[in-house]
Amino acid sequence: MAFYRGMITEVVEFKGHNGDKGEAYYARPQGDGPFPAAILIHHMPGWDDWIMEATRKLAHHGIIGIAPNLYFREPGKNPDDQAATSRAAGGVSDDQMVGDMEGALAFLRAQKQCNGKVGIMGFCSGGRHAFIAAGRIPSLNAIVDCWGGSVIVDAKELTPKRPVNPIDYAKDINCPILGIFGNDDKNPDPEQVNKTEEVLKKLGKSYEFHRYDGAGHGFFASERPNYRLEQAIDGWKKVYGFFHKHLD
Amino acid sequence: MCTYIIEKTELSGSAKGPNGWMTIDSANVYFDHPFHAPLDHSLNIDFVNAREGTGDRVAVEISKESALKLVDAIMAAIKQGEAAHA
Repeated sequence: MAFYRGMITEVVEFKGHNGDKGEAYYARPQGDGPFPAAILIHHMPGWDDWIMEATRKLAHHGIIGIAPNLYFREPGKNPDDQAATSRAAGGVSDDQMVGDMEGALAFLRAQKQCNGKVGIMGFCSGGRHAFIAAGRIPSLNAIVDCWGGSVIVDAKELTPKRPVNPIDYAKDINCPILGIFGNDDKNPDPEQVNKTEEVLKKLGKSYEFHRYDGAGHGFFASERPNYRLEQAIDGWKKVYGFFHKHLD
Repeated sequence: MCTYIIEKTELSGSAKGPNGWMTIDSANVYFDHPFHAPLDHSLNIDFVNAREGTGDRVAVEISKESALKLVDAIMAAIKQGEAAHA
């Protein structure tokens, strides 16, 4: 590998839930590979600059990345407008999200540069989505949950679009799990992270949780006040190492 | 954490965006991560025409402190305006 790795980036079409034609940001390392791959799930505000940057970071570290726009079905000229429309309608359903992830997974496995092993990684609400997807898509090979909140919810928080408590899918996750959390976060707070860990431990799942002092929610986001330099650098190293360990 | 919390209010009027004036019938208000503002959380308002459902909107993302000042400013403006026009 050259010290400065090149990459190819483009916006690609993929077949989402119900066969709907979706769009995704795609970045792959230059070269024939084969490379491992990962799906990245954006947070609630949508398909933004930062999720593209995160996708390129994976590609720079030898991992093909694809970041689907979860709101591609919504009207609106721009991704932020689509996100606003989706929010006003109560957000995407978990079923639709899983269908879109299956489509992104199929896209990745069809690429000749992909070695066939694919992980999934989500941030914030995307962390919750990744947890659900890992439970419902058995062929995923690794999951990274970055500060996903509402993984354990009360029954009263369940809705027609989100009908199942995500933690109920824990028993179905058969790939290794990496969790990255800030100890100053309010959702998930340290107690919620502990509860999730207890469940995974009890079920005998393969997991590693990393909790960072001096960091709150979304501390990888370099353009926001919550960014924490040292914790973010270490967290990204954990992500690259985890994916290469389980997907190479 | 991103939430699905949203406050909706009906209203009548117009808003001006990049494509000029549009009729609006509601505002969606939420306090969550912004798309653009360099804040961890912001008070976001989307002025939309929900009946047409085009996805067009006039949006703001402002800090919580700014939002509270804006509330005061709106109340003060209405009070003074009504007095002046009485």
